[in-house]
Amino acid sequence: MRKQWIALLALTAAACSGGAAGTGTTEDLKGQTVEVVGPWTGDEQKSFEQVLKVFTDRTGAEVRYTPAGDELPTVVQTRISGGTPPNVALIAQPGLVAQFARAGALKPVNADVEKAVTDHNAAVWKQLGSVDGKLYGFAFKTANKSAFWYSEKAFQQVGATPPATWDDLIKTSRAISETGLAPVSVGGADGWTLTDWFENVYLRTAGPDNYDKLAKHEIPWTDPTVRKALEELAKLWGDPTLIAGGALQTEFPKSVTNVFGEPSTAAMVFEADFVASIITTNTKAKVGEDARFFPFPSVAGSKDAVVAGGDMAVQFKDDKATTELMKFLASPESGKVWAGLGGFLSPNKDIPETAYPDAVTQELAKRIVDAGDNVRFDMSDLAPAAFGGTKGAGEWKDLQDFLADPKNVDGIMARLEANAAKAFGK
Amino acid sequence: MRLRPNVDAAPGRSPRQAIPFLLPALVLLAALVLYPLVFSLIRSFFDASGDEFVGLRNYVDTFTDPRTLTAFRNNVIWVVVAPAAVTGIGLILAVLTERIRWATAFRLVLFMPMAISLFASGIIFRLVYDEAPNQGVVNAVVVGVHDMFSPASQYPGARPRDGYAATEAGFASIRPAQAGDTISLPLIGYSPQDVPPQALPASPPAAGTGELRGVLWLDVSLGGRAGAVDPTERGLPGIAVEAVRDGQVVARTTTGDDGRFTFPDLGAGGVTVRLPAENFTLPFRGLTWLGASLITPVIISSWIWIMTGFAITFIAAGLSAIPRDALEAARVDGATEWQVFKRVTIPLLSPVLLVVFVTLVINVLKIFELVFVIAPGSVQSEANVLALQMWQVSFGTGGDQGAGSALAVILFLLVAPAMLFNIRRFRRERS
Repeated sequence: MRKQWIALLALTAAACSGGAAGTGTTEDLKGQTVEVVGPWTGDEQKSFEQVLKVFTDRTGAEVRYTPAGDELPTVVQTRISGGTPPNVALIAQPGLVAQFARAGALKPVNADVEKAVTDHNAAVWKQLGSVDGKLYGFAFKTANKSAFWYSEKAFQQVGATPPATWDDLIKTSRAISETGLAPVSVGGADGWTLTDWFENVYLRTAGPDNYDKLAKHEIPWTDPTVRKALEELAKLWGDPTLIAGGALQTEFPKSVTNVFGEPSTAAMVFEADFVASIITTNTKAKVGEDARFFPFPSVAGSKDAVVAGGDMAVQFKDDKATTELMKFLASPESGKVWAGLGGFLSPNKDIPETAYPDAVTQELAKRIVDAGDNVRFDMSDLAPAAFGGTKGAGEWKDLQDFLADPKNVDGIMARLEANAAKAFGK
Repeated sequence: MRLRPNVDAAPGRSPRQAIPFLLPALVLLAALVLYPLVFSLIRSFFDASGDEFVGLRNYVDTFTDPRTLTAFRNNVIWVVVAPAAVTGIGLILAVLTERIRWATAFRLVLFMPMAISLFASGIIFRLVYDEAPNQGVVNAVVVGVHDMFSPASQYPGARPRDGYAATEAGFASIRPAQAGDTISLPLIGYSPQDVPPQALPASPPAAGTGELRGVLWLDVSLGGRAGAVDPTERGLPGIAVEAVRDGQVVARTTTGDDGRFTFPDLGAGGVTVRLPAENFTLPFRGLTWLGASLITPVIISSWIWIMTGFAITFIAAGLSAIPRDALEAARVDGATEWQVFKRVTIPLLSPVLLVVFVTLVINVLKIFELVFVIAPGSVQSEANVLALQMWQVSFGTGGDQGAGSALAVILFLLVAPAMLFNIRRFRRERS
């Protein structure tokens, strides 16, 4: 890490003293200010500011970061309506990116950025950032939403190893339930955890192509592929000995502390890489020792696939400093800085594994890169928010009702379809 | 906010002189109240983007959306129950505290919840009603009381591995057994670490003539064979076992420290071996307060806790203004305390009670934070109220501020009668 810093500084110094122009990333942008709006607060904000500092050190441009938290869509929307959009924003909803692009608020990225995106990422990521054939952005930070976190102690008690298939997962769960421990803790009070469950199973049983179609509502939610996925899910959710009690009252953080806190009442919890930070802040368990993860198992012989989330960097202006910053964010250099600080994954395949601070993070990052074009973006984040992102409504509520009554596959499919039709029809 | 006609009738003052003095207030009111009001009204006739005029469609959508209808229903429950309850409790407490020595201190304590923000109170009550008895104080009490009368079972959640059917009375063997048989009864679903210390390693008993013998053990060990007694596996002491013939319990025994049990004289014929359910009942966990059926009453109860102090303060102030001689006269005439309270105090207090009640109605109609904080996501649609629905529709992700404005206008129309009522009362009092 230290060495890279020195190397960067040396490079900047060399560029400045030589007065070299046209060497790409080392142009002097002194006096220019770029504003970035992002969702990160707290520790993540500090880490991102470190990334921006490297950019400032390199180019001389000043970068102002405005943290917007969960209200980012509202903040950005308001800024656009008010005629003062930020230079760059990091948006977690590709649907919103498309909306802004079609409204003409976004600027397409320039050729250099496009080349960087093509060079450093699997093709699927470029598609994700493209609207009507033009590239508007790329995922700077991503989340690996295909991980099962398990308590090493609970697994040792039954001599279990991380299951590779869905059937093995159920077998292991049965074995754990024999010891009186609930095998899987589900954070069902939050609807989004359930959509992630469904998406992982669906991506595996129906395949990436159907996944894309369902995400765009080109096939209905009453499709046989949806039934298959729900039935697979019901194998686990429908057995009261396999799911920790009170799942619908359990919020996501609680579902994690159920497994890794004291007393522990469950053995496994499914969710994204950020489970690790919840374990570290809320329990005494050590990630990598007491708490490990295994990738979401293969269902019915499916290939490796990852459901990912991500923050897309997009630009609202196309002055030089903004473009330089986009170029910087698309390059492996920016990701490397944050990767070293922890709590960060990137789809950028040119960030070396060793840039990540520990074995667990390395593995999580590797899975995203290795899955290549079998990565799919979180479907509920692609859907209109009325369907995929509203508490107590749409997909969230329907899957909660499914968790409450996993036998009712037909009823839930009909309701999902009715809600989806309404939300997509608008 | 219109000028009274008698203002300009005052001698020597022209309305022209009044205008400069009123202007700052008028500008502020126009900018902060009138403009948003009118803008919301106009906005409610436009679609989500604000570009297209859609007439009354937002209103039609609102009234056909099942979520809004739930919100309406809940608002009705709130308005019917909550203000009346708070006014009633406030009245009782105000009258009672009037008689005690430390009345002010007492009222101060009752008023304290008002000093906490609704948001913070919501978080407190979220924890108070938490389902886990080790977190939620309400369930801790409920469970404590319940366990005093029917203590928890010794082996909660344990179950036979197979060959037994779960019935209401317990786990009954599928195949009948008879005297002379030996039964192996492997149990699972229980942690080996929780087995009582006196438990001894299990071993199957030898067959005995005329006796039905068996062993009941915890068939859970690392690398152990399913259904077979492995060296590290121990018997489970103290489990009741019944022999059932034709639906009648003919014998009952309890397992020993090595998990063995014996039915000495069963007579001829097969019996069903049954493990009564009370061996394994799961610990009572209290009620799901934050579930779909109880959520609205739970939130109302926390609102009552918060607002009672407000009612007491106003009613106590009203009480102190009641002429003492009216009460004294009633008492001298031989009225009981209850009659004094009912016939004298309440009628004299009724203006205050009405103001308190109406203010609370307004407050209840715009209830938002408590529902937002207390209801878990899974039941938020069941607990929904109009103000929350308005916020979700307009500012939730993918917000539709047209539909949100329509809800705001509806909410305004609902609150307006109560406000007009209060304003008219104040006017009448002044004149």
